[in-house]
Amino acid sequence: MPATDDVQKAQRFREAALPYLDDVYTLARYLLRDPSDAEDAVQECYLRALKHFDSYRGPAMKPWLFAILRNVCNAEYARRAHRPSATEDTPGAVEQTPLWQETEASPETEVLRNRDAGAIRKLIDALAEPFKETFVLREINNLSYREIAEVVGAPVGTVMSRLARARAMLRAAWTAEEEHSR
Amino acid sequence: MTCDEARILLHALLDNELDAGHAREVEGHIASCPDCAAELAAQGEMQRVLADTNLRYTAPASLRVRIEASLPQAPREQPTRRAVLRGFAMGSAVSALAASGVVAVVLRQDDQQRILSEVVSAHLRSLQAGHLTDVVSTDQHTVKPWFNGKLDVAPPVIDLTAQGFTLVGGRLDYIDARAIGAVVYRRRQHVINLFVSQTSSAEYRAPRTETMQGFNCRRWGNRGLNFWAVSDLGADELAEFVDKFEAAMKANVEG
Repeated sequence: MPATDDVQKAQRFREAALPYLDDVYTLARYLLRDPSDAEDAVQECYLRALKHFDSYRGPAMKPWLFAILRNVCNAEYARRAHRPSATEDTPGAVEQTPLWQETEASPETEVLRNRDAGAIRKLIDALAEPFKETFVLREINNLSYREIAEVVGAPVGTVMSRLARARAMLRAAWTAEEEHSR
Repeated sequence: MTCDEARILLHALLDNELDAGHAREVEGHIASCPDCAAELAAQGEMQRVLADTNLRYTAPASLRVRIEASLPQAPREQPTRRAVLRGFAMGSAVSALAASGVVAVVLRQDDQQRILSEVVSAHLRSLQAGHLTDVVSTDQHTVKPWFNGKLDVAPPVIDLTAQGFTLVGGRLDYIDARAIGAVVYRRRQHVINLFVSQTSSAEYRAPRTETMQGFNCRRWGNRGLNFWAVSDLGADELAEFVDKFEAAMKANVEG
């Protein structure tokens, strides 16, 4: 039977951390792609977060959980890399060459057609790390540049350049696909 | 400012992350550079399209249940030997409440949301094999006494088979760190969990339906009790269940 302190701590943790479950799961899905790997990572993230909840003094709960999740995911990348039959695209490979060539930005503004969420998610999924991570933290999880810098442990300047690159790559892939479908 | 710098900083401009001084510099460059102006417009447009699209994922309910289950749970209260309620009527509920000295619990809005999510989680847990009922019976005179001694206030158990909702049994569950009773009904293949907890407020609160994770939850308060009816039934059928239940309760109390 757990001690009352543990129960109270779990209750405080539940109130503080569980409201962000969808946010954490969203990030996990983009980082790991595989739904069941994402579930495992999120559960592990919450276990670790509970363990360190006593020493939690901030930052805000959401970026704190993201930083923990990121560590969990990095461990998962390492595990995948050591797997005998590693798939050809390991998301952990830093500065990996994107699947497409970045085009020079065309001077005219092309109007992007609205796409269904599934198609856009695929384009985001295809972004190379660490650009994808930065992009998702900003565009989908709505973190500020400073918060992203804390989560990924990089200077704000690096966050800015990664984000610029991520958006340029995404837009290039998007317009390329639209031209292809024309 | 060079174009290379502007191509990075224009994102910070779009994201409102630049201080006034830097924002002016970027805007100055863009005003004099059609290429960078086009890139800003293009990126701004992409951002608008992205903002209009739901790119988030929703955690599966099973994951929420797994995480909840891994957190330390409060120990269940031991059954007391205190006199238990026999039937159920307004008078006995209120006096039992007074006798047990239950403190008023006034819920804030976010508490209400949290409890709603706990109720839905409890409903989900109950759907796992072998978790639905602790006592299985379609007879209210079997289910009702089963709760006695297990809870401070036994939930009202009413057979609604004639009204189209079959009584299946009862169960002890855990909501908001306390043991509460769940009475289980079935309509066709749909399970309805009726969670009942005591409250110090005897006033009537009209039923309201909320939706969470695809389940409908209709909650109301009456005769010193809080009720949550949860099911994957449609909102109209769940409302019908609550109406039938309340009508039968009223008949019992007056009878």
